[in-house]
Amino acid sequence: MALKVLKSGLLTTIQDLGRPGYFHLGIPMGGAMDRMALRSANLLVGNEEDAAALEAVFVGPELEFTADATIAVTGGEIPVRIDGEEKPCWTALAVKAGQKLSFGFLTSGARIYIAVSGGIVTQPYLGSRSTYAIGALGGVDGRAVAAGDELPVGTPKNTVQAGTSVPESLRRKTGTPTELRVLPGLYWHRITEAAQKGFFEDEWMVAPEADRMGYRFKGGRPLEFVEREQPFGAGSDPSNIVDSCYPYGSIQVPGGTEPIVLHRDAVSGGGYFMIGTVISADMDLIGQLQPHMPVKFVPVDMEAALAARADRKAAMGRIRTELAGG
Amino acid sequence: MAKQIRSPLPGIFYRRPAPDQPPFVEDGGSVEAGTVVGLVEVMKSFHEVVAEEAGTNVRFVAENEQPITVGVVLAEMD
Repeated sequence: MALKVLKSGLLTTIQDLGRPGYFHLGIPMGGAMDRMALRSANLLVGNEEDAAALEAVFVGPELEFTADATIAVTGGEIPVRIDGEEKPCWTALAVKAGQKLSFGFLTSGARIYIAVSGGIVTQPYLGSRSTYAIGALGGVDGRAVAAGDELPVGTPKNTVQAGTSVPESLRRKTGTPTELRVLPGLYWHRITEAAQKGFFEDEWMVAPEADRMGYRFKGGRPLEFVEREQPFGAGSDPSNIVDSCYPYGSIQVPGGTEPIVLHRDAVSGGGYFMIGTVISADMDLIGQLQPHMPVKFVPVDMEAALAARADRKAAMGRIRTELAGG
Repeated sequence: MAKQIRSPLPGIFYRRPAPDQPPFVEDGGSVEAGTVVGLVEVMKSFHEVVAEEAGTNVRFVAENEQPITVGVVLAEMD
C-alpha cells in the first residue's frame, strides 16, 4: 500500500511526535506542530498515536490511494474531498484503491494532519520519521513530500468504524485573539517594568515569516531594556545575552521589537535574551495560527502552567475514551 | 455573475513580480486558466497565485502589499 502524491500543496511534510533527546546536540525535536491533532488523526484510523502522518500547512495536497484504507483529517477545518465528494474533518473515512483525496480552502486553523491506517513507514532517523528539512533528516530522503512521491504505508493494526469522529467540543480552536500563556523566565529582569507590563497589554499579530522553526509576532510596542554594561561574551545590542540554551516555546525578542516563539524545528541556543516561555499546553495552538491572526500573551506562574498541562492531558484522555467507546 | 479569484494562501499579496516591474495583470485585463495574477509572501518565500479559470475585465479587490488570509477574494472578473 502506498500514498501517491499528485500535488504536494505548499509545504507538506511527514511528521510523527518527533525525536526528543538530541536538542543538546543542536538537533530539534521536530514532530507535529499540533500534537493533539496528530494523535487524534492516528486514533481515528486505528494507529498508535505516534505513527507518522502528513502535516500540510495552509494548502492541502492531492493524494491517490493504491489500496483500500481508512483515513482521517484533523487540525484546521478544511473541506475534505474524496473523488470530489465532500467529507467531514476529524472523522474516520473509508477510501478505496484508486480514489483521490483533495482539499478546498482552509476555513480555520493553519495546519491539517492526514493520517492513513497503517501509518506512513518511511525510514526513521534518530527514532523518528519527522521531516527536519534544514538538517535533511527524516521525511522523504530528508525533504518534504513532492509530486510523484509514493509514500509507503504500513499494515493496519486495528480497525475503526468509518464515521467515527472526534466531537466538536473536544477540538481545540484558536480565538480572537488567541491567548498564549507565558511563564516569565531567567531574563525577565532585563526589561523595564513598563515594558514587562506593555508586553502583556499589547495585541500582537502573527507575522508572515512564522514557520516550523519559530513564530514571529508584530504590532506591539518595542521593549525597553534596563541599562547595563554588556557582559563579556554578549553582543552589543541590549537584547543580546551571553549565549544560552533556547527551550522549546521560549520567546526571544531580537532588538526588542518582534517576539519570536521557538517551535518544533527551532535552533537550540544563541545570544538573544528571552522574555520567558509559552507553556507547553499552548504550543499546539500556535501551530494553528495563520499570519495576521491576533494574539495576546498572558502571564502565568509555574503552578498554573502545570495545571494547564494536566488539563491538556485530561482533554487528550477524553478523546481516547470517546474513540475507544465509538 | 462575477467570477472570483481567491487566495489559497495567507500572507502578503503582491501584484507585481518586483517593485520596478508592471503588474502581472492590469485592472481591466483578461486572464486564462493558469495565468499568474500575483504573489503571496509567506514563511519567507513567495508563491504564485494563478487564475483557476479564464476571465475578462479583471478588477482587483485586494491592494498591492495587503495582508490576506486564506480564501480572501483578490479579484473579480467576467
